[in-house]
Amino acid sequence: MEFILGHLNYWLFIVLMMIGFYIVVARGNYIKKIVGLNVFQASVFMFYISIGKVDGGTAPIFPTDMNIDPNVVYSNPLPHVLILTAIVVGIATTSLGLALIVRIREEFGTIEEDEILEIESKLQAEENSAEGPAMGGRA
Amino acid sequence: MANAVILPTLSMIDQLPLLTIAVPLIAGPLCVIFGNRHIAWGLAFLSSLLAFLFSGHMLLQVIDGDVLSYHLGGWAPPLGIEYRVDAANAFVLFLISGISTVVLPYARQSVAHEIKKVSHTLFYCCYLLCFTGLLGVVVTGDAFNVFVFLEISSLSTYVLIAMGAERDRRALTAAYDYLILGTIGATFFVIGIGFLYIATGTLNMADLAVRLADMGDNRTVQAGFAFIVVGMGLKAAIYPLHLWLPGAYTYAPSVVTVFLAATATKAAIYVLLRFMFSVFQPDFVFELHTLTWIIMPLAILAMFAASLIAAFQTDLKRLLAYSSVAQVGYMILGIGLATKTSLSATIIHLFNHGITKAVLFMVVGAFVMRVGSSFTKNLNGLGKQMPWTCTAFVIGGLSLIGVPGTAGFISKWLLIDASLKADLWWLAMLIVMSSLLAVVYVWKAVEVLYMQQPDEGSSAKEVPMSMLLPMWIMAIACVYFGLNTDLTLTSASVAANSLLGGGVQ
Amino acid sequence: MRHHLLLRVITKLLVGPILLFALYVQFHGDYSPGGGFQAGVIFAVAFILFGIVFGLAKVKQVFPPWLVHKLAALGVLIYAGTGVYSLMLGSTYLNYSAFTPAHPEHGQHWGILVVELGVGVTVAAVMVAIYYAFAARPPVIHDEEW
Repeated sequence: MEFILGHLNYWLFIVLMMIGFYIVVARGNYIKKIVGLNVFQASVFMFYISIGKVDGGTAPIFPTDMNIDPNVVYSNPLPHVLILTAIVVGIATTSLGLALIVRIREEFGTIEEDEILEIESKLQAEENSAEGPAMGGRA
Repeated sequence: MANAVILPTLSMIDQLPLLTIAVPLIAGPLCVIFGNRHIAWGLAFLSSLLAFLFSGHMLLQVIDGDVLSYHLGGWAPPLGIEYRVDAANAFVLFLISGISTVVLPYARQSVAHEIKKVSHTLFYCCYLLCFTGLLGVVVTGDAFNVFVFLEISSLSTYVLIAMGAERDRRALTAAYDYLILGTIGATFFVIGIGFLYIATGTLNMADLAVRLADMGDNRTVQAGFAFIVVGMGLKAAIYPLHLWLPGAYTYAPSVVTVFLAATATKAAIYVLLRFMFSVFQPDFVFELHTLTWIIMPLAILAMFAASLIAAFQTDLKRLLAYSSVAQVGYMILGIGLATKTSLSATIIHLFNHGITKAVLFMVVGAFVMRVGSSFTKNLNGLGKQMPWTCTAFVIGGLSLIGVPGTAGFISKWLLIDASLKADLWWLAMLIVMSSLLAVVYVWKAVEVLYMQQPDEGSSAKEVPMSMLLPMWIMAIACVYFGLNTDLTLTSASVAANSLLGGGVQ
Repeated sequence: MRHHLLLRVITKLLVGPILLFALYVQFHGDYSPGGGFQAGVIFAVAFILFGIVFGLAKVKQVFPPWLVHKLAALGVLIYAGTGVYSLMLGSTYLNYSAFTPAHPEHGQHWGILVVELGVGVTVAAVMVAIYYAFAARPPVIHDEEW
């Protein structure tokens, strides 16, 4: 029990990460994949933020008169700063992914992976019609 | 903070590690501010040339084993971000900025042909950001900073690939696939960094190396190592993680393919090298097992499977993309052997393969410009119509195979040497055999170019000088670095030394 | 949303305070929670709200797309320029203490203020640019498909 409760943040991180990862891999809809990617990234953000917590620690802001009490424990602010950067990167990735989806929808008329694969394999068959079906394809 | 801080005055030379990054970073937004495509190209070329000169100078400074350390914002490491340049990164910086400087003159005509005019400014802005990101990944000595620069380069790469949509709409799905896989890779890398941070409380690579030295049994560290290897493996397109690469290289605009093929995977391989041999010590038992039982078999698989797939391709661009996956296999093999010779082989192959692939993809870009396609069925008999371009292809192809007298030979020979020194004669045989597969796919293209009759009514002519010249600079470099190995061999062995910290021979 | 009188009136009332609050968050960022990222997003919210209620054409008159792009680039340049300035003073990149060598703390204040301003400008412009990019696309999804 101690093993489970003591590492609660890690368990939540693993569960959330696996949910996100599963959505990315198993869903055929491009938007759902992006949602999964966001869940996946959010799990990492939470993981980082949770490791910044120090038992009994308070917000890491020094008093303005700089009279620092050596007995006060401060939480670690560094992971938060790192994650601020990672969140911004995550937003950029999400918006770029959605922008690509908009373009894909305009060009292909669908955002379902299996339908797009079908269209692409048709295109490929046309390209290779002179030489017979080729290996490889969209990999 | 203390009141009287004495600020050391730095000369321009001390600022070089930073300037290499800052110049293209500032030139990128400047392109958008000016909003003119000619100025944008000029800025891109100028900043890339400056970065090339800077990294050349740094390479000369560190070639005898020195280390340049630059403290960003005046915060001393391990707390602050440190830019740390030794022979290994100086050499990779030299490669990336050199390729970019040669590619940009080529880009002008090719981009004008493949991308509509309104997007040119943004194209060069994205290109510069990608360039900045790749340089930053290599120059930084801070583990989290690697992630930030990696994402700068990746995000702009996705955009650059999607710009190929004007030629083929499949560029969009290729970019999307790369975005999903690339983000997963980068996130894995961050998780790995997080584990290392939990275990050690530091993010500075040099500091990490010291603290990790006696933590080999720590499960957290082992998990962190695994996450970093898989994450970076995705970016470097190690064989089963290469799925994004063929699509991305095939449908991206020709210039982007040239630049990415020659630099992007190389930067990722460098990070792998840095983490495997500098941050983690090779005597970390878990790592040795990984290298012997996972990395080496995958490398051999890549050499054969990817070469075999390449031999069946009908699109020259896709063929070369699969060949890139195979070539990454050779570099990974050098990492797997984990001796000083094999590391030198990896670093040299990084460089030689960079210039070789640059020639080959530049030639394919020229075909796309003149014939409008890179399919072998449309390239019949171009050897007579575009003699200079096709000769460059032959030289590049020979270097890809590893024929003596070309750059590709040097790196493969070193790799064979390393495997013989490790008493793995069968490995040396495998390397030679997989090179024979390269003969198959290179010959396939050469046969179409020279042995077939030109299509009737085909009016393809030689590409303009601004594209031929960069192509030939790279082709001559392929031969030059095959004959004169002073620069590459010295740099690579010093680099291997500094990676290993002089510990393992 | 021509017929939603309530929304239009409230939006008109809100846009000003939102912009003001954005500036508050921006310039108090070095003392209290806040800073360029948050302020930029809040600043952009004012424009996005205006665009949602009054239509894309109206908001594009106020804040044309070309200006959005230039501002996004300008913010990065402000940030990078701060670093270059400290570099020209003979210190390392982004070492704010170099601005006022006699009083490093003052330099730190100035430095973070200018850098956060750059961040704020870029974030606001990028947020608006993302909104424009998605809102300007012609709707291809028909009502019955929802």
